Amino acid sequence: MSSETQQILTTDGIPLEVSLKKAERRNKIKAFLLVAPLLLFLIITYVFPIGDMLMRSVDDKMVTEMLPKTFKAMEKWDGKELPEEEVFEAFYLDFRKLVEEKREGKLSTQLNYTKNGFKSIIKKLRRKSKSFEEGNYKEQIMAVHKRWADVEYWKAIKRRAPAITGQKYLKGMDMYKNESGEIVSVEEDRRIHRILWLRTLEIAFFVTLFCFLMAYPIAHLLATLPMKYSNLLMICVLLPFWTSLLVRTASWMILLQQQGVVNDFFVWIGLVADDARPEMMYNKTGTYVAMTQILLPFMVLPLYSVMKTISPSLMRAGKSLGGTPIVAFWKVYFPLTIPGIGAGCLLCFILAIGYYITPALVGGASGTLISNQIAFHMKSTLDWSFASAMGLMLLAGVLAIYWVYNKLVGIDNIKLG
Amino acid sequence: MALPKHTELHYRIWHYFYLFICGSVFFFLIAPLFVIFPLSFNAEEFLSFSDGMKSLDPDAFSLRWYKDMIYGTKNPWGLAAKNSFIIAIFATIGSVLLGTVAALGLSSRHMPYKGIIMAVLISPMIVPLIISGVAIFFFMAKSGLAATHTGIVLAHIILGTPFVVITVTATLSGFDHSVTRAAASLGSNPVNTFMKITLPLILPGVISGGLFAFVTSFDEVVVVLFLAGLENTTIPIQMWTGLREQLSPTILAVATCLIILSTLILVTAELLRRRSERLRGINR
Repeated sequence: MSSETQQILTTDGIPLEVSLKKAERRNKIKAFLLVAPLLLFLIITYVFPIGDMLMRSVDDKMVTEMLPKTFKAMEKWDGKELPEEEVFEAFYLDFRKLVEEKREGKLSTQLNYTKNGFKSIIKKLRRKSKSFEEGNYKEQIMAVHKRWADVEYWKAIKRRAPAITGQKYLKGMDMYKNESGEIVSVEEDRRIHRILWLRTLEIAFFVTLFCFLMAYPIAHLLATLPMKYSNLLMICVLLPFWTSLLVRTASWMILLQQQGVVNDFFVWIGLVADDARPEMMYNKTGTYVAMTQILLPFMVLPLYSVMKTISPSLMRAGKSLGGTPIVAFWKVYFPLTIPGIGAGCLLCFILAIGYYITPALVGGASGTLISNQIAFHMKSTLDWSFASAMGLMLLAGVLAIYWVYNKLVGIDNIKLG
Repeated sequence: MALPKHTELHYRIWHYFYLFICGSVFFFLIAPLFVIFPLSFNAEEFLSFSDGMKSLDPDAFSLRWYKDMIYGTKNPWGLAAKNSFIIAIFATIGSVLLGTVAALGLSSRHMPYKGIIMAVLISPMIVPLIISGVAIFFFMAKSGLAATHTGIVLAHIILGTPFVVITVTATLSGFDHSVTRAAASLGSNPVNTFMKITLPLILPGVISGGLFAFVTSFDEVVVVLFLAGLENTTIPIQMWTGLREQLSPTILAVATCLIILSTLILVTAELLRRRSERLRGINR
């Protein structure tokens, strides 16, 4: 019967279904064209560069391109005993070319990353190689320095053959690949990055916790006070929110310095002696205090917007059913605020984990975070590939947190205040 | 919040304790900003209250640091302020244009792949700034835009658009689409409908998004630190260098001006938010 049904036609004689689909498609294209400029702009200026970071972080072409003949000759080498003459010859030819182009310094820096001790022997080789005779390069090179006759150094060169490496990521976790290719940790006293990662997590966690503990009561007060009072108090939350981050950090620097207002106050009330003013800045305390105050509005606003929607009669109902205020709060009010808590904690934690400016200014040596390390490598050591690797590790962490949050609470609960 | 008369004593104590906690937190939030005001009028070179200031001696106060801010030797603040405003204004215009148009597309129910596209569009807000800074720096360095105003403006457009997209989509979520259909049925073309019907209704959202974008750009320092050369110094950069090298009261004078500016922006944003809520209330 259904096959007999007449197709509904539009006035143009086209079946309605086809016509609708066409209109639908046109609307889709129209909507997409509106989004396209921004999408394209962001893909070119933002998404691709993040991809570029990924490429840079694993890129190890430098040495590969500097020693092409050597690595080709090394393909046949089993890597157990000293390589054959042809490897030495290839290395000599590559090296001569580098010396002509004055690039042997770069090679020595790069190889020194892999194994300490390359710097001096490459310098020596450059001097001696000028008077090398043709043929039997193995003996001539080995005669330059005893390390050139050490198979470990040749193994180190071979390790740099691949154009892609995960070495920067290992370095970011204080690990490296040793001579036999196993991944091991560096010595205990040189594990700076692990300390930084842990400290970043620790500070982000505690700052979030402090923010939560401070924001919950005031968000509750704001949500329950009559409008005219709460609007006034809301300014206390919004003014810091809109004020420049550097201004707020500056005010903390003034407050927390040794001759600062807080210390003056402590001395005045007799808490500390004038000559024993505690150091509250350039350490973790400074980072904690300043970051908590700076991130507090990000916790208050989501909590407030959720608490605003909770009807006060719910608490009254809880109490009238015999619950003490504490029970009523814990069983009725608190569970209803969980979406706000989730959103606030997520915002705070993610902002804290990537914080840079405030720790750099008030954190000193013991209060800096992983971001400061990334900036340090970008600006001072110029090891951009390492900075990229650490940045991407941080990014992966942030995305993982979002993913977990989305599973637990749902991402749509975030509001901008 | 007055308590009922029959409240028992321990609840009464608890209540006042709660108010005390709230008061302390509000103090913690707002007091640091107010330390800057009096200290910026300090006649001396120190960053703490002198004895004269404590006893309110008029000689202990002066406008010296404000004069230094405006007429000081080698005065970096004039150039910085000019750059900051130029960059922030262009970045705001760019963000608002791109962001509003994109939000219009995103709010259409025909938009394909909405979730993933939205994720890409607001990613600059989610990704920690330091990572954005590194990525944007790589792009600008490759395309020769590092240390140019154009480069910084583009970078700030990237960082500012998510705010516009979010505020405008939020405004559009309460938008009654039958008014645009009504306009179309009365013979208005889409551009005309947008200018005469849609835009006036979503304007509060657009402006508050623009304010966010402006503040983001005006206050941004992480990305600019990577991008700026000597010629492109901005107020945040100058403050950053000042705070790192030597805390001079001139910085406090600048900070005071910035606090006044942010108060103005806050008031505007609040008024707009209320207007927007009112408008949307009517639509519902």
